[in-house]
Amino acid sequence: MGNILAFCEFQDAALRISALSNIAFARTAAAAHGGEVIALLVGAGAQAASAGAAKYAGKVIVVEDGALPHYLAETYAPIVARLAKENGATVVTATATALGKDLIPRVAALLDAGMASDIKEMKGTKEFVRPILAGNAYSTVEITTPIVCVTVRQSEFESAAELGAAGAVTTAAAGTVDALGATFEKLDATKSDRPDLGDAKVVVAGGRGMKNGENFKVLEQLADLLGAAMGASRAATDAGMVPADWQVGQTGKIVAPNLYFAVAISGAIQHLAGMKGSKTIVAINKNKDEPIFQVADYGLVMEWEKAVPELISEIKKLKATR
Amino acid sequence: MKILVPIKRVPDPTQKAKLKDGHIDLAGASWIVNTFDEYAVETALRLLENGEGPTRIAGSEIVVVSLAPEDAGKEIRNCLAMGADRAIHVVASDAELDSLAVVKVLAAIIAAEKPDVVVMGKQAVDGDANQVGQMLAGKLGWPQATFAASIETDAAAKSLLVGREVDGGVEFKRVPVPAVVTVDLRIVSAHAVKNGVTPATHAYGGDGARLPSLKGIMASKKKPYEQKKLADYGVGAPVIKETVVTLPPPRAAGQLVADVSTLVKKLADEAKAL
Ligand SMILES: Cc1cc2nc3c(=O)[nH]c(=O)nc-3n(C[C@H](O)[C@H](O)[C@H](O)COP(=O)(O)OP(=O)(O)OC[C@H]3O[C@@H](n4cnc5c(N)ncnc54)[C@H](O)[C@@H]3O)c2cc1C
Ligand SMILES: Nc1ncnc2c1ncn2[C@@H]1O[C@H](COP(=O)(O)O)[C@@H](O)[C@H]1O
Repeated sequence: MGNILAFCEFQDAALRISALSNIAFARTAAAAHGGEVIALLVGAGAQAASAGAAKYAGKVIVVEDGALPHYLAETYAPIVARLAKENGATVVTATATALGKDLIPRVAALLDAGMASDIKEMKGTKEFVRPILAGNAYSTVEITTPIVCVTVRQSEFESAAELGAAGAVTTAAAGTVDALGATFEKLDATKSDRPDLGDAKVVVAGGRGMKNGENFKVLEQLADLLGAAMGASRAATDAGMVPADWQVGQTGKIVAPNLYFAVAISGAIQHLAGMKGSKTIVAINKNKDEPIFQVADYGLVMEWEKAVPELISEIKKLKATR
Repeated sequence: MKILVPIKRVPDPTQKAKLKDGHIDLAGASWIVNTFDEYAVETALRLLENGEGPTRIAGSEIVVVSLAPEDAGKEIRNCLAMGADRAIHVVASDAELDSLAVVKVLAAIIAAEKPDVVVMGKQAVDGDANQVGQMLAGKLGWPQATFAASIETDAAAKSLLVGREVDGGVEFKRVPVPAVVTVDLRIVSAHAVKNGVTPATHAYGGDGARLPSLKGIMASKKKPYEQKKLADYGVGAPVIKETVVTLPPPRAAGQLVADVSTLVKKLADEAKAL
């Protein structure tokens, strides 16, 4: 018997879409552990988001406190660890976003809990399957500590559906908040009206072969036509052509949209690790021998300068017939 | 300033994964220092160079620590050849280690060494766990700045301003020392690391971590290299056990299309993706 404490991120009075994958996993875990799903919302705006969260979890705990104006691992981790103990949690989980990856291992250390990162599947009660070696193998790990911590790979868990009845919302105290001297200074935000990379049904990604940031504009036109998110290879982000948080790959974002366009990307294993779970992959590259063509469902050997504008006009034509 | 850099050796990622008895077969594998850890060594060097020479700030020290099998000496010494001053090698087999065990040993060494900063990779590219740095900070009760794309020390080297790659942009977080910093890929770009004496004009040439020079390789042979046993740290049996490894099914072969209109037709009718 044990409960599942699901740390959930929220934005604008609602759970983030990425948090719904965490809830989906938490439901499976709750069934296996014979307990309930407790969604935990911490920080500024948690109260406002709690009604939205209660559509997905039987129990919601809110921690909002003037001493928690911004996320900091130092202040959040002790709260999560304490509430895990107070609520009889045997599993503490979050989506493997940048925040989840920063926070949950610190919680695990405070709880002396074993942790499985970025899992794709749960087996039994404390056995988890996770990609290793840039997704070239799946490792099944069994954890023997009384509490286990996990982060879940968003692309491997379908968003949870709403429950029939709203869950109960309670609040908990933050307790003593000590940032250990750490301070949040500012966020240089990448502004965009496009969907988050992790949530998008279509992703348009460009690589070094785009040559400069200005050239990415044509990919952005394609993305906007399709309601897609923008992605990039490491080479393109490192070169400063596009923001770092566009990086798709082993060490960037892992995505699995319905449709992925890899434009002027060679297909290094580290890039493939981040997108080869996509349903349909299109590669546009001038060199037919590139490894990207080995994972592409449809390959077009052509320079992007010619291919992408044509693609935009063909898709517009198609849309006009519908 | 004294910086401790935990490093892991990993199988060369360009090798194809193969299995033996349900686990990754590492017999005959070639090894490298985890790229992020190489970047961490590079970061530590830049934090302790005055940016002109580059010569090292007087009284600074870089200690690399690795938990690894007996035969990992070559990879550890590679970090000394890059310019780290001293190595501590805790001999341990993979089967004896999990993240919590690594953290316990690192925490014990840090308690004895008292570094100002721990700089390490954000992720080991074999296990892709991305957890040891955060766990270590939690265990030590130190602040953490993960996924660092830039670091700047204040003039007195008492705090670090770290640009962190997060979802939706770059977050700037200030942490006092001692602290744990885990580095992301962009940390090796030209202007990413600055200390109190780095001139504003300074930029490191090229991208990536430096290669050991011949002089560095010669010097590394004489640098202090301390070997320890896992038993010296009273670490128990791992709490995370790998039960089995499988290989993912390969993707079905795709097709080349002749032109853009064929591509769009196929995406619409065949893949139902448009
Ligand atoms: C530790 C580590 C982690 C890494 N993590 C990641 C990661 O998470 N994500 C990632 O992407 N990479 C990652 N990498 C980098 C990876 O190894 C590759 O270097 C990178 O993916 C290459 O990017 P690219 O395909 O854009 O560039 P290149 O390999 O240089 O390919 C450029 C492509 O553009 C094509 N091209 C050029 N001009 C045109 C044109 N006019 N029209 C059409 N095609 C054209 C070329 O044929 C070529 O295929 C990592 C590397 C390391 C060491
Ligand atoms: N066996 C080890 N010895 C020393 N440092 C390690 C070891 N394993 C992991 N680390 C450090 O922890 C970082 C993150 O690793 P991981 O959490 O396993 O992805 C690495 O980049 C190393 O700096």
